[in-house]
Amino acid sequence: MEMLFALCVGVLTTCGVFMILRSRTFPVVVGLTLLGYAVNLFLFSSGRLSINSAAIIGSTDAYGDPLPQALVLTAIVIGFAMTAFVVILAMRGRGDLGNDHVDGRIPDHSSLSDKERN
Amino acid sequence: MSLFWIPLLPALGVLAPLFSAKFGRTNCAFATAFAPALALLLMLFKAPAVFRGETLIATVEWVPALGMQLSFRLDGLAFLFALLILGIGLLIILYARYYLSSKDSMGKFYAYLMLFMTAMLGIVLSNNLIQLWMFWEMTSISSFLLISFWHNNTDGRKGARMALAVTGAGGLALLAGLILIGKIVGSYDLSIVLQSGDLIRGHSLYPVALVLVLLGAFTKSAQFPFHFWLPHAMAAPTPVSAYLHSATMVKAGIFLMARFYPALAGTELWVIIVTLTGLATLLLGAYTALFKHDLKGLLAYSTISHLGLITLLLGMGTELAAIAAIFHIINHATFKASLFMAAGIIDHETGTRDMRRLNGLWKFMPHTATLAMVAAASMAGVPLLNGFLSKEMFFAETLLQHTLGSLSWMIPVLATLAAVFSVAYSLRFIHDVFFNGEPVDLPKTPHEPPRYMKVPIEILVGLCLLVGLFPAFIVGGLLHSASLAVLGGEVPYYSLSIWHGFNLALVMSIVAMFLGVVIYHNRRKLFKFQSQFPETDAKLVFESVIQCIVRGSVRIQQFFENGSLQRYLFLLFVMVALFAAKPLLQLVTTTGDREQLPLNGVALVLAVILMFAAIATVIWHRQRYISLLTLSVVGLVVSVAFAYFSAPDLALTQLSVEVVTVILLMLALFFLPQQTPKESSPARVARDLGIAALIGGIFATLNYAIMTRSGVSISDFFIANSKPGGGGTNAVNVILVDFRGFDTFGEILVLGIAALGIFKLINRMKVSMPSGDLKGRNWTKDSHPMILRTVSQSLLPLALLVSAYIFLRGHNMPGGGFIAGLITAVAIILQYIAHGVDWIKPRLRINYQWAIAIGVLISAITGVGSWMFDKPFLTSWFDYFHLPWIGEFELASAIAFDLGVYITVVAATLLILANLGKLTTTHRPTVEEKR
Repeated sequence: MEMLFALCVGVLTTCGVFMILRSRTFPVVVGLTLLGYAVNLFLFSSGRLSINSAAIIGSTDAYGDPLPQALVLTAIVIGFAMTAFVVILAMRGRGDLGNDHVDGRIPDHSSLSDKERN
Repeated sequence: MSLFWIPLLPALGVLAPLFSAKFGRTNCAFATAFAPALALLLMLFKAPAVFRGETLIATVEWVPALGMQLSFRLDGLAFLFALLILGIGLLIILYARYYLSSKDSMGKFYAYLMLFMTAMLGIVLSNNLIQLWMFWEMTSISSFLLISFWHNNTDGRKGARMALAVTGAGGLALLAGLILIGKIVGSYDLSIVLQSGDLIRGHSLYPVALVLVLLGAFTKSAQFPFHFWLPHAMAAPTPVSAYLHSATMVKAGIFLMARFYPALAGTELWVIIVTLTGLATLLLGAYTALFKHDLKGLLAYSTISHLGLITLLLGMGTELAAIAAIFHIINHATFKASLFMAAGIIDHETGTRDMRRLNGLWKFMPHTATLAMVAAASMAGVPLLNGFLSKEMFFAETLLQHTLGSLSWMIPVLATLAAVFSVAYSLRFIHDVFFNGEPVDLPKTPHEPPRYMKVPIEILVGLCLLVGLFPAFIVGGLLHSASLAVLGGEVPYYSLSIWHGFNLALVMSIVAMFLGVVIYHNRRKLFKFQSQFPETDAKLVFESVIQCIVRGSVRIQQFFENGSLQRYLFLLFVMVALFAAKPLLQLVTTTGDREQLPLNGVALVLAVILMFAAIATVIWHRQRYISLLTLSVVGLVVSVAFAYFSAPDLALTQLSVEVVTVILLMLALFFLPQQTPKESSPARVARDLGIAALIGGIFATLNYAIMTRSGVSISDFFIANSKPGGGGTNAVNVILVDFRGFDTFGEILVLGIAALGIFKLINRMKVSMPSGDLKGRNWTKDSHPMILRTVSQSLLPLALLVSAYIFLRGHNMPGGGFIAGLITAVAIILQYIAHGVDWIKPRLRINYQWAIAIGVLISAITGVGSWMFDKPFLTSWFDYFHLPWIGEFELASAIAFDLGVYITVVAATLLILANLGKLTTTHRPTVEEKR
């Protein structure tokens, strides 16, 4: 199970990093969200995985680690605030600059020639 | 402790001229002179102890653990230098009183001068390496201010900048060298360092430390090839040149070599580097000085040459040579300071320093001429003057050394050659200026300067004579105690007398005198010869080197900082991969010994869905709506995973955040392009995929390695104390509102700030609203469908009830302020979607900004409330009560804190989403104009 979990985290990270390296704002926001999932899962798993052991005192014999859960809980909420901030910054950037490129301007010599661009 | 007052008095004295400047120039000079005079007096009281060979030390500990202390020492060497600094400093103050014109700001000048004096005293009196360095840098900065005192003068600014750049760079090298020495010895205490000479010289890092320290000394003392800054510093007012280039600034480098003589000198490396540098500087300076038509230029190169002479003596490594070096430090300071002052007077009274125009001044200022001639004769090494004595000692030492093996005979020959030029330029100074016909086209008619302007020169020239006639009586004690400090032990016998008999050194002197006169006589031929060489302006060379460096760094900067976020992020990820991969490469076994959970089918299916959804998000990322849908699938599976792995709180949070995130991104996408153009070349895609996969692989490996190992965590404490200490059975919630309540408080603050920032960004945002989708279809006319309206309206009370329930049970069961807040926010957002802003606005009159503030305040007040019971911030309180019919119930202060969290979360979420939604309507937020 741990292997599968780590695999999921790895795939999420890969997808997130790839998307963050794109040149337009919206994919970058999506990438940040994906990376956010990966990081939250990663942090959560630092309390080790366990099943049927919610940290409710008296409900079971062994409890999962409550500390990473508390940290991740606030991280999820803050993550939302951050996503909202970035995406609205992207909107504002597009409104003020007229394009949605991450640098605020479309580079003159993009790595693609005009023919390749659709 | 009175030792502290010696540097402290001039430091306090920096203020004196600033406050006294308005009381007239003479009063200002007196006020300025008071502090150094007092310091000098204080030091003279300590003279008997120093002359007995004692080392006085005063220390105040600052950070003992780091070896940081404020520590001063007064030994013979420090005494000698402090005497020169304070004594000549006082004369300079007097001289500058008459030199500066009424247009110059005297208060500022004296303040800089006192700052510089403090820094110099700090260097020579420091007993701590780092402290010494700090004062060293202070001299660079204060000398910059002094040299550029006439800041509307281009040459002054450029010269000052060059001096600062060269000596500042040397200062950095010195710092590195001193730190190395500190590491080798294990202490920055100078007393310990000076006793650890053998340890330092035997250490493998000795050559590095030596070269670094010498770089500091050579740049400061204008040794070849760093000598070029000194002539350009002549753009300074003459009192500054007289002070900086006779007794202080340039002598700081010499002082450094003398100070570290017991610790660093005596090796072959020292002898080779220091001797050859000194010799080259001596020759170059003496030769160039002859060809300078500017009076101060001649003196500048002569200073370089004499500094080279002292360096050469220190480099020879014999004890007598070191004594000769110290003796020459004294002599050079006296005659060079008086010569500079005389040059200043000539400049002041004639309006030029060009020796081709200055002729025959004897008739106009015989008094000044006599003084200058005596000083110049001392510079040339004429018998019965102090310059002669140290030059004789120098010649004698060059004859005794074996530095260059069988080529050692070259040193006395070259020394004599330098002395020949020295005689020639001294003669030129005398003959060209005071005799040699009539003055040519002078701006002013020269006359004698004010009476007191000559007093400093008279004192110094008097000293030249007295030392020349009665050397042992005047400077015997001073020289002995300074030599004791430099040699660190026994001082060999040396004789301070005028007549040593007819020996080879005297022959060298006589030859130098004779040839010097011959050369001066034939100077025109030499000038002609010299004029064939193109003259290089060091300023231009320096500027072009600086420009080169700037261009180079701009190029490097442009490579890394080209304004492309993708470039930065790529470099960042590469660095992450490098730093994370290194420890992982050293990890031999990835799998730890913790027992792993068995795999089951449901988990496998969910994981496959998650991975497919994530990959689909990437593949279809250009179709933004599709990628948003797949993204939400990922989020859902993540919340299921939290639920599955015993984290119900997280699952609830993730689920509700997922809803608001998707609504948010949907809204945002309405205003953004719905497709992403294809921009990346295949190579770029491959590169990005490569680094992404590498990072993903590293993350997964790290994650797996952590999960399969057991570790000790502080969580046992939270589990054990959740119920008895926090009064709740849901440990996660108790951590949030109680144990780590302060963190949570910070987090709701961040949430509130983010929401307010977003509100600000949304204000007056220019947006383009598409009238239809990509295929040109118009949006539906029925934007608020009937069914949705009805269902959402009936759902609202239910949803609020659920959130109230989740909030109240949060302390004991999964739930709490964060989750309840999100559920409430989602319920209200649903109303916005179903009914539109027009419908909501009259029904829900909440100012979300105020609500955020109220939420944060409630949490803060709950925290502060515990102060009333003398408990730390956010200490929680709880108790159990029994009410008839209802039964036992619990009341905890944490619930008030959680209420604050709840309100903040609701308000922040709604502030973001409701305002974003309003952009599509006529209710879009705009700033109320405040005028």
